[in-house]
Amino acid sequence: MKRHGTNPIRYSALSILFNGLRGNQAWTPAWRQPEPKPHYDVIIVGGGGHGLATAYYLAKEFGITNVAVLEKSYIGSGNVGRNTTIIRSNYLLPGNNPFYELSLKLWEGLEQDFNFNAMVSQRGVLNLFHSDGQRDAYTRRGNAMRLHGVDADLLDREAVRKRLPFLDFDNARFPIYGGLLQKRGGTVRHDAVAWGYARGADMRGVDIIQNCEVTGIRRENGIVTGVETTRGFIGCGKLGLSAAGNSSRVAEMAGLKLPIESHVLQAFVSEGLKPFIDCVVTFGAGHFYISQSDKGGLVFGGDLDGYNSYAQRGNLATVEHVAEEGKALIPSLSRVRMLRSWGGIMDMSMDGSPIIDRTHLDNLYLNAGWCYGGFKATPASGFCFAHLLAKGTSHDTTRQMRLDRFERGYLIDENGQGAQPNVH
Amino acid sequence: MTSYRLATGGLIDRQTPLSFSFDGKRMLGFEGDSLASALLANGQLLVGRSFKYHRPRGILTAGTAEPNALMTIGQGGRTEPNTRATMQELYQGLEARSQSRWPSLEFDVGALNSLFSPFLGAGFYYKTFMWPAAFWEKIYEPFIRKAAGLGKASYEADPDSYDKCWAHCDLLVIGSGPAGLAAALSAGRSGARVVLVDEHSAAGGSLLSETATIGGASASQFVAETVAELASLSNVQILTRTTAFGWYDGNVFGAVERVQKHVLDPLPAVPVERLWRVVSKRAILASGAEERPLVFGGNDIPGVMMATAMRTYLNRYGVAPGKHVAIFTTNDSGYALARDLESAGVNLVAVIDGRPDAGFRYSGRARVIKGAYVSDAHGRKALSSISVWKNGSVETLKADALAMSGGFSPIIHLACHRGAKPVWSDEQAGFLAPTGLNGFELAGAVNTNSGIAACLADGAARGAACVEALGFTASVATFATVEGDIVAPPAKPIWKIPGIKGKAFVDYQNDVHRKDLALAVREGYGHVELAKRYTTNGMATDQGKLSNVNAIGLLAEARGVSPAEIGTTTFRPFYTPVSFGALAGGHFGHHFQPVRESPLHDWAKKQSAVFIDTGLWYRSSWFPRNSETNWRESVDREVLNVRANAGLCDVSTLGKIEVCGNDAAEFLNRVYSNGFLKLPIGKARYGLMLREDGFIYDDGTTSRLEEHRFFMTTTTAYAAGVMTHLEFCAQALWPDLDVRLASVTDQWAQMSVAGPKSRRILQPIVDDDISNAAFPFLAAKEVSLFGGQLQGRLFRISFSGELAYELAVPAGYGESVADAIMEAGNPHGIQPYGVEALSVLRVEKGHVTHSEINGTVIPADLGFEKMVSQTKPDFIGKAMLNREGLTAEDRPRLVGVVPLDPKASFRTGSHILAKDAAATLENDQGYVTSIAYSPHVGSTIGLALVRHGPERHGEEVVVWNGLCGEFTAARLCNPVFVDPQNEKLHV
Amino acid sequence: MASLVPCPHCGARPKEEFTVKGAAQVRPAPDTDKKSWVDYVYLRENPRGRYEEFWHHTSGCRRWLVVIRDTATHEIESSCDAAFAGQTDART
Repeated sequence: MKRHGTNPIRYSALSILFNGLRGNQAWTPAWRQPEPKPHYDVIIVGGGGHGLATAYYLAKEFGITNVAVLEKSYIGSGNVGRNTTIIRSNYLLPGNNPFYELSLKLWEGLEQDFNFNAMVSQRGVLNLFHSDGQRDAYTRRGNAMRLHGVDADLLDREAVRKRLPFLDFDNARFPIYGGLLQKRGGTVRHDAVAWGYARGADMRGVDIIQNCEVTGIRRENGIVTGVETTRGFIGCGKLGLSAAGNSSRVAEMAGLKLPIESHVLQAFVSEGLKPFIDCVVTFGAGHFYISQSDKGGLVFGGDLDGYNSYAQRGNLATVEHVAEEGKALIPSLSRVRMLRSWGGIMDMSMDGSPIIDRTHLDNLYLNAGWCYGGFKATPASGFCFAHLLAKGTSHDTTRQMRLDRFERGYLIDENGQGAQPNVH
Repeated sequence: MTSYRLATGGLIDRQTPLSFSFDGKRMLGFEGDSLASALLANGQLLVGRSFKYHRPRGILTAGTAEPNALMTIGQGGRTEPNTRATMQELYQGLEARSQSRWPSLEFDVGALNSLFSPFLGAGFYYKTFMWPAAFWEKIYEPFIRKAAGLGKASYEADPDSYDKCWAHCDLLVIGSGPAGLAAALSAGRSGARVVLVDEHSAAGGSLLSETATIGGASASQFVAETVAELASLSNVQILTRTTAFGWYDGNVFGAVERVQKHVLDPLPAVPVERLWRVVSKRAILASGAEERPLVFGGNDIPGVMMATAMRTYLNRYGVAPGKHVAIFTTNDSGYALARDLESAGVNLVAVIDGRPDAGFRYSGRARVIKGAYVSDAHGRKALSSISVWKNGSVETLKADALAMSGGFSPIIHLACHRGAKPVWSDEQAGFLAPTGLNGFELAGAVNTNSGIAACLADGAARGAACVEALGFTASVATFATVEGDIVAPPAKPIWKIPGIKGKAFVDYQNDVHRKDLALAVREGYGHVELAKRYTTNGMATDQGKLSNVNAIGLLAEARGVSPAEIGTTTFRPFYTPVSFGALAGGHFGHHFQPVRESPLHDWAKKQSAVFIDTGLWYRSSWFPRNSETNWRESVDREVLNVRANAGLCDVSTLGKIEVCGNDAAEFLNRVYSNGFLKLPIGKARYGLMLREDGFIYDDGTTSRLEEHRFFMTTTTAYAAGVMTHLEFCAQALWPDLDVRLASVTDQWAQMSVAGPKSRRILQPIVDDDISNAAFPFLAAKEVSLFGGQLQGRLFRISFSGELAYELAVPAGYGESVADAIMEAGNPHGIQPYGVEALSVLRVEKGHVTHSEINGTVIPADLGFEKMVSQTKPDFIGKAMLNREGLTAEDRPRLVGVVPLDPKASFRTGSHILAKDAAATLENDQGYVTSIAYSPHVGSTIGLALVRHGPERHGEEVVVWNGLCGEFTAARLCNPVFVDPQNEKLHV
Repeated sequence: MASLVPCPHCGARPKEEFTVKGAAQVRPAPDTDKKSWVDYVYLRENPRGRYEEFWHHTSGCRRWLVVIRDTATHEIESSCDAAFAGQTDART
């Protein structure tokens, strides 16, 4: 491999030993702080997980290394640094399922691939159900997964009790009937994903440019020629937008109105505890879900606050509701204390599924609409967006994730909620 | 040498001793002690172990920022891990246990980690544990998880109760130190509604630790008098033990009151914690300032303590920190402690003042060393000596306690919860709250005042100004002269101390030391947010209250910039951690959500119904009879009885909406896809309601009772949603239409009487003629019942496919009417039937529910093409229906499914594959939406949505349920299994 | 989001009493071209700043309101009954 960027130390137990014995003075930056060049073959707007992964795969898989990732703040400052770290591929519809399974497969080999321990932990994701109707819906979903070769197991009430005896089985308002388990689902150390991709991309020559906000998209004759930024004009051959919650704002610079609303979703972490819960569990009689980080904090969340917002903070009523659901699911959470809450901006699409597609401008590409499920999609999103940017055609798994599907009536609506983003 | 209780002094009640234990060791404290002060009084310096290196740790603070003294208290369902000993009031019988050590606090095997510390620097785990890949989940991670974490939570349910309430006020004052008390006084005297909250057990804040006097009275006396006056004002509410944890939009604050966390056995009728939502027109933050630690080697050894904390233990609790105490300070506040220690008779070894030009003239006996630093503290489980560095030479002093003061940071967290960024001030040597916070003011130390007099004056002025802005007439409260007040103006902070040999900690709990921060900068994680995430600095249970500013200072020095350029990480709720219990209040267990019971609930109970949750409703599921042991026996019997005789089913949970007004018909014509304009009076019609995107939203029957009065029914699940949708259409889309809507779901008890004998049963009860000629299929009208005793509404509609009626009567009469029908029906074999039988009957008849109407189907998918009007100019959903994807030929459409072998069965949620097709997603043809065992057909039957379904009746397929290992050969068929010609409906 | 929403009929009430629907757009006339309908149903300005949206006072007067709110600061500028949204001086 031709190394364009830094030539960092390969991470291993040996390198830790070697450097530790020398006072840890020889470690080098994980990525450079380059000045922007006047022109790149590809510019990615947004230095979050998806943008960095796109750059990484452009360089690694498609040999396109004259790439810049422009980030208005620090890398990983958006949702990849503020989420509940869950990975899974338990999707129902053929427009989604193969894509998320590709993502899970990429997670499975990711750390060795980019030489960074992101603590991919396949601890299992268990979706509980509390009625016959919910069980039927999960049966349909589990079978869709099985048809695509994705692991799925239907647990009955006793199997759930055996695994998680501390859930409320005795006094619940909505008794637990069972659960759909994906053993290969789990959690990942979220920040490390951004860092691993950044380091891997930088190593292959990608310029990661932080504190560089895109303020305009320059167009000539229906073609994007580059971007205006807080650090001056930067020209590009192709422009990929990967701006998550700010997608509508960036797309507007190119005259593009999106089927997206930005909503706030809160997430929470508790004080550190000794091992308490060993998998990811979702509460079917609400929106609550919970897991535990390696550091010991319980990581959990609930539903959207419900209104459009660009402020990264949430509402107290939602916090209370999350606590109610948490205690309804696990009565002994009562005396556990919430340490911190935060709000992220979700790019909620009108059918709840993402968009990876070309746009009305020839060399402008869009990666958006991840709703609150963008984290688990990071590797495949990067891979498929890179594929689209490099080859001009959609990767097989993203064929249905088109921008014109709304106009054409080919929605990918997992929940059947229609064009109402705050209920997806 | 160790800490001990002084013979006199303090605000403790020495007449009331309290017995408690720590790690099983029995100890004594006094009423008024915190757990921390009582431990110190008992000479317990070692109280915990650190997270990573398991270093021995002692009590560092006297407040909420405590990183070390975290303990588990309580038993069983009352177990509370990570309780800050500094905030826990002592009570008789308290049992505290140290955490995260094995086998004991004194001998902790984890301390071996210290030996490997060169290899355990910031982020080391990102660089290893990757080979072989499978080892992460199996070996490395379980080991890390076991080692990580703090206290151990219980799996037992909490036996105590919680409460929530609102408070509305003109002014909320947060903090009851000098500024907060003064603000409350100025505002309270004006008559404004004031709420004063304080996180500690008693009001007074820093005044309770003071030796200064106010007007000749002790500071604590002053507090008592001021609190007494405030308490006497009916417009002032004082909430102690109450922490304001978050500032939310609209000047709403979240606060949690610890009502019974200071007792062994809480009173059952009183909550242990109470959540307050405080709606305030104005608020004042009087939260004070947090003293910063100094980053020198061994700054974590038990015996090293914050100077203000040491002063609190000395003055408020009468506890001396040691026999030979040293003070390391960068500002004048250290001298207040020096003076108090000496007057309490404690040997003060030295005051080490980092400022070469310190101007404070200390009049005590102790030696003052200016321009010097403590570079290292020594000792293992207790401090034994310190190294004092001055101009390159080092002097060792013996000391068993060391106080440190690195300056003060205003406690501005709450002021930043709504997104405003803190601003660095070189002059104040700290981050200040941003200005222009709408309706939220700062007073006292958080507003850069120092000293009691200044804080009193600032608080009084701001309290008055806040309520004057609201129209009250207020005068600024004035106070007597303060004597002995030591004012500590801001001093230049010292981030990097020379000559350090040992580990110098920045974030105590997370074991982040200064070299970790340097490494983060070296590796490119120099941005304050990246440094936090890479090193975990500021992510401990104190959320960086002690560590953040020091970390920022060190990052700034490493990068050669000002702290202003580094900036802070984001302050977010919760100011201090808040329990799930407090936030959940009473909404847990069976009371998580309310229960809705039908007006026929008691009737169903009398009929020995088995109930099932349907949303919030309890619906009768089936009615077991004597010999029946299995639900299927009951359901089969109920189904057969409806088809042979008659049954009564409670359908009261269906949504019911009264639609009135001159334009009611036009309105319905626009919200349904089929026509309603010409529906005759006295007739019911099945209607399909679409969403604006063309997909089916809900279905139900609507009857025209009068020219301008309709009665709509919706499905149970969508009753509320449909009502809201109709209101939207009426109010927002077509306000010009004369239409009024009323939800009457709860006003009517509605029962379905279905079966060939239903007319014979009902006719004696209904006064009107209900013969087929007089009351044909889909007739609907108001009827007289029981010889004119009651008016009801009768609808000749059928979900089961049999001759059937739905009778609605005012809810209060539901039970007696149902009883009467059962009695009248008894000779005809009437039996109650539940929703399970109802479901079987409707599947047999091929009727759809939300199992089919799942949000992704359009009318044509269900064979309802004719219910989409081609003539109406407009209805909700019309415009989107003709899109390519909605007119595509291969959309999954409704069919019936039967197993080839009548003894075989299959489940809802199975998929449909063509016979002999490989099981792949590409070959997926559709899915089973509903199943039932049909006694009529004699086998399991199903409804399914299958590609080209209606064209494939008779085709053999596989019902594929790989999830349960079931693969059933089946045949697609007409979805109507009973009476496809609808003859029964018209008899 | 404002913890309290001003209802023109009921005064300032807790946000939990309300249901938000989204952009307060004008429904196209029935015979408008397909593109306008697609825009109406699926495309959103999604502004960062001033936003007009429909809120329903579900647990109160059950009126639909047009609330003008800032999506960056959550400040509410005004609200009025949706039936009178087109009229001047309808705002509170």
